[in-house]
Amino acid sequence: MSGGGAARAAWLAAGFCACALAGAPDRGTPDTRYATVDPALALAFPADFGSHPAFRTEWWYVTGWLHTAAHAPLGFQITFFRDRPDIWRGNPSAFTPRQLLIAHCAISDPKRGRLWRAQAIERAGFGLAQAATGDTDVWIGRWRLERRDGVYAGRCFGTDFSLSLRLEPTQAPLLNGSGGYSRKGPGENAASEYYSLPQLRVSGRVLRAGRSTPVTGTAWLDHEWSSSYLDQAAVGWDWIGINLRDGGALMAFRIRAADGSSRWAGGTIRTADGRTRTLQPGDVRFRPLRDWLSPRTAVRYPVAWRVHAGNRVITLEPLIDDQENDSRATSGALYWEGAVRAFENGRLTGHGYLELTGYGGKLRLH
Amino acid sequence: MGAWRVWRLLLRAQLREQPGRLALNVLSIALGVALASAIFLVNGAALAQFTGATRRLVGDADVIVRGPAGGFPEGLFARLARDPAVAVASPVVEVDAAIAGRTEPLPVRGIDPFRAGELQHALIEGLGGATRDLFQADGIVLSAAAATALDLKAGDPLTVVVGDRPTRLRVVGVMPKTAYSQPLGLMDIASAQWVFDRVGRLNRVDLRLVDGADAAAFRAALVGRLPAGVFPVAPGTEIGRAATVTRAYRVNLNMLALIALWTGAFLVFSTQSASVLRRRGSLALLRALGVTRGELRRALAAEGAFLGALGALIGIVGGAVLATAMLRVLAGDLGNGQLRVFGATLAWQPWALAGFFGIGVLVSAAGAWAPAKAAAQLPPAQALKGGAGDPAATVRTGWRLGCALGALGIALAWLPPVAHLPLFGYASIAALLFAAVSLVPTVTVALLRAAPRTGRVTLDNAIAQLRDNVGAATLSLASIIVSFSLMVAMAIMVHSFRQSFAHWLGKLLPADIEMRVPPNADTAFWNADEQRRLAATPGIARIEFRRTLHLALDGRQAPVTLIARDISRATAARVLPILRQSAVRAPPDPPPAWVSEAMVDRYGVTPGARLRLPLGGRWRTFTVAGVWRDYARSTGAIVIGRAAYAAATGDNAATEASLWLAPHADADRVGQALRARLGAPEAVQITTSTTVRARSLAIFDRAFTITYALEAIAVLIGLAGVAFAMSSTAIARRAEFGMLRHIGMRRGQVIAMLAEEGIILSSLGAVYGLIVGFGLSLVLVFVVNRQSFDWSIDLAVPLARLCLLGAILVIAAAVTAAWSGRAAVGGDALRAVREDW
Repeated sequence: MSGGGAARAAWLAAGFCACALAGAPDRGTPDTRYATVDPALALAFPADFGSHPAFRTEWWYVTGWLHTAAHAPLGFQITFFRDRPDIWRGNPSAFTPRQLLIAHCAISDPKRGRLWRAQAIERAGFGLAQAATGDTDVWIGRWRLERRDGVYAGRCFGTDFSLSLRLEPTQAPLLNGSGGYSRKGPGENAASEYYSLPQLRVSGRVLRAGRSTPVTGTAWLDHEWSSSYLDQAAVGWDWIGINLRDGGALMAFRIRAADGSSRWAGGTIRTADGRTRTLQPGDVRFRPLRDWLSPRTAVRYPVAWRVHAGNRVITLEPLIDDQENDSRATSGALYWEGAVRAFENGRLTGHGYLELTGYGGKLRLH
Repeated sequence: MGAWRVWRLLLRAQLREQPGRLALNVLSIALGVALASAIFLVNGAALAQFTGATRRLVGDADVIVRGPAGGFPEGLFARLARDPAVAVASPVVEVDAAIAGRTEPLPVRGIDPFRAGELQHALIEGLGGATRDLFQADGIVLSAAAATALDLKAGDPLTVVVGDRPTRLRVVGVMPKTAYSQPLGLMDIASAQWVFDRVGRLNRVDLRLVDGADAAAFRAALVGRLPAGVFPVAPGTEIGRAATVTRAYRVNLNMLALIALWTGAFLVFSTQSASVLRRRGSLALLRALGVTRGELRRALAAEGAFLGALGALIGIVGGAVLATAMLRVLAGDLGNGQLRVFGATLAWQPWALAGFFGIGVLVSAAGAWAPAKAAAQLPPAQALKGGAGDPAATVRTGWRLGCALGALGIALAWLPPVAHLPLFGYASIAALLFAAVSLVPTVTVALLRAAPRTGRVTLDNAIAQLRDNVGAATLSLASIIVSFSLMVAMAIMVHSFRQSFAHWLGKLLPADIEMRVPPNADTAFWNADEQRRLAATPGIARIEFRRTLHLALDGRQAPVTLIARDISRATAARVLPILRQSAVRAPPDPPPAWVSEAMVDRYGVTPGARLRLPLGGRWRTFTVAGVWRDYARSTGAIVIGRAAYAAATGDNAATEASLWLAPHADADRVGQALRARLGAPEAVQITTSTTVRARSLAIFDRAFTITYALEAIAVLIGLAGVAFAMSSTAIARRAEFGMLRHIGMRRGQVIAMLAEEGIILSSLGAVYGLIVGFGLSLVLVFVVNRQSFDWSIDLAVPLARLCLLGAILVIAAAVTAAWSGRAAVGGDALRAVREDW
């Protein structure tokens, strides 16, 4: 499971919304048929690095820790979402919104105390925005995430900052769930195809307020696609992806019901020696330690956690408290996505990202 | 003693003795200021609303790349979006959609909300939660004004007409009023392309450039890279277009309003003169008591300014009230139909209002200045004795001034317009009017001297009296001459316009029946098959189809109208109101085009010259075969042959048709048969030419209602001025009447004498006003109208109506004179005679 959750839920809601409007004759009736994830189907690379346009939603989610030459830590996020709206497909116009592309970009900067962030949204077409099939290559104008010769390049441009990073895999893809088939709820219908690339070696430049700095660091990439992600009882989720200092990796998530209880949970642990363990719902527990109240939106986020994942107990402390990402203008999502330090038995054992969605009450529907 | 105290003394006396006259002065200034400020405020409010709405549509764009109504290939958008100087490119499909059952089209923009949101943020924010619903191909979001005008709410169906097909859309949302004030529909660009049959084509691409890019240089560089008919437009040009297009009309209305004010000034002039004359005894006394010449002069001028200030203040308040009412009732449109806006609110324009206040004060002070000067100059001894000024001097100075002003006025009429406004034309009218007033004494004296003795006591007496009091006679004539001659001029101008308009209508509506898709909509038309089906309707002897569309010829000016119709060099003069033709030349010259006068004025095309038109994405050359007169399309119109148009564009569609009935065919039945053959009959207007003509003339008359109203007001003010001048001279002449009674004249005879004086004076005024008015009308018709509106009119004089107006004026003046005389001869003759000694 990965980020952009609120965004994703909002898209699903948008789908329902459109369905409710159906019933009018001719052009008004949406007739999009979405592909469904198949547990029997094995992931095949590099084709599955590329886009899966037949599915309703898809994302490539890069998060990580950077260090400037002066050893100042920064968190970053470059995310591309693909959304296939439910429309009537007969329109021959090249502008028909068959696929929408959304991107979020952010830097967690302790000196600034909050995020540098930017977002982009566009319909695919005219070569101006697209998610290619065959291998990772997704772009909106100059924003781009591209895999070439096994190495990723990510670029995004805000009004007052930009990121240009080279991301080199050091490990094989980590297939989450059952060989990449990741269930999201008690029912069979809520599931996704989901793999991660932990321990990406990062180098590049960060530009903030006109000043460019070289950076190095470690990142995590999630790629996930689905047509029916959540069941209706879910309101949001908590997710972590931690690059462990010993070379291992840990991913854990839980899906929350309206009353705050866990509806479903899961995760994957890869130890330094390369052995992988898939976590079952009973193996994962999230316990909040400390809340942070957003002064902008008055939403309360639990930003420090104790997470039980299998036999590991991890305490999470955020790089900064204010890592709220308000992207209601593009995806309709209001969420918290931030760099965290992971401690075990009081010892720093990893760096990663924490994602909190659905804390802003009911999501704004399109 | 001081001018201030003199002023107070005089004013108090005036208020006591002549409250009605003072009130009339104040009222006339108030009326002028009220009309002028109301018109200014209404135009200002409408324009501000209009401009604000356009500004919303332009948003943060640095460049608007705009193409013809038929659009340009969408590949241009992708090219522009990739240009390194372009930060945001937002593609737009722009149509004025024909709505079933409505004559007013609905402006619809097909946009990509994500890209448009970067440029037209405030507008797109108005979509609110409906953004995603727009992705459904039949979804449309309406502005609040559109929803109100069409009486629709979210969820309702809306039927637009595309070609001859009704197409159902669904209102998926209504924007809040704050997002956009005017009627507008927003659709997703993909739906708009598809629904309006424009897949692959765009009308507009809005661009924001990267920081630091030079927009003007970018636009200049773009010119050569765009297809024919596509132009880079500066946002200022786009926003200012409403102002530019309606400016001449607005200035004209303001001038009309100022005429009322002007007439008011002459009224102040004549009543002040009369009152100075009447008070000459008291004024002389003041001088004898030690008030200096300067003090007296200033006090009298201040009296005028005070009345002006009072009137102007009342006028401005009245103007604001009037403007509010006009905005509510007329939606800001003062007659020409181009400034109809929704929800315009009165903007407080302190500087403009201060300006009108100042004009009111100034005009009134100026009106009082001349008589004040005259009164101050009179030696007290002579004035105390009761002698009038030297009439010969008045005649001499008036003659010189009048000739100089007249020459100036005639010279000004030949000057070209300033920024498309006939400023010199207005100046010419002002100079001619002043000249006319200055010449009144000379003319009056000359005419009265030439008058023979009739032998009738009253008449001869009247003539003698007038001859010896030229100054007073001139005063009472001034305001009536000003207002009457302006009314005459206006009447001639409007009549000429109406005659030319009627003739033009006849030329353009030669057939029995006219049918058309909703005008100004660019989505409805009949294709070739539909035309054939219509042509085969029983009862039709002949049918002629036309294709009308808007075409931008450059990036600065408003689009012109292109009319493709059956026409040839041989038939042109028969089917168009042709003014000038070039020598007919056969091919290989490019095909002929006939242009309206606005084309000559705006684009400098002349008969025989080449004209390049962007058709079918390429520049095609035509020969200007003639210039025709057009009152319908103020931005310019071009007529070309249908075959030439179809050859250039491949477009065989038609939007209008003229039909000639077969013998004995019934127009109504044929109309029904035509409707039965249409796919979207409710969108088509089918009318007999007679009805169209009558309706057009009715609209014409309505457009000039406000002109007539302003004119009537000016003349009423003038008549009131005559009444007061008459009565004041009558009172001043009480001694004379007493003497006349004393020597045996009966009371009735004295009154008859006064009436005859009135008739002589007003006849002089009427004839003089007719002559001056005719002169002014020449300036109005051939200078002001021509330069304001880019169309010519032929001079036509409504003789009967003018004679009637003159007669009414004479009778009114006679009645007024007799009535004002009754009071003066009422008293004891002996006492009246004694009073003078």
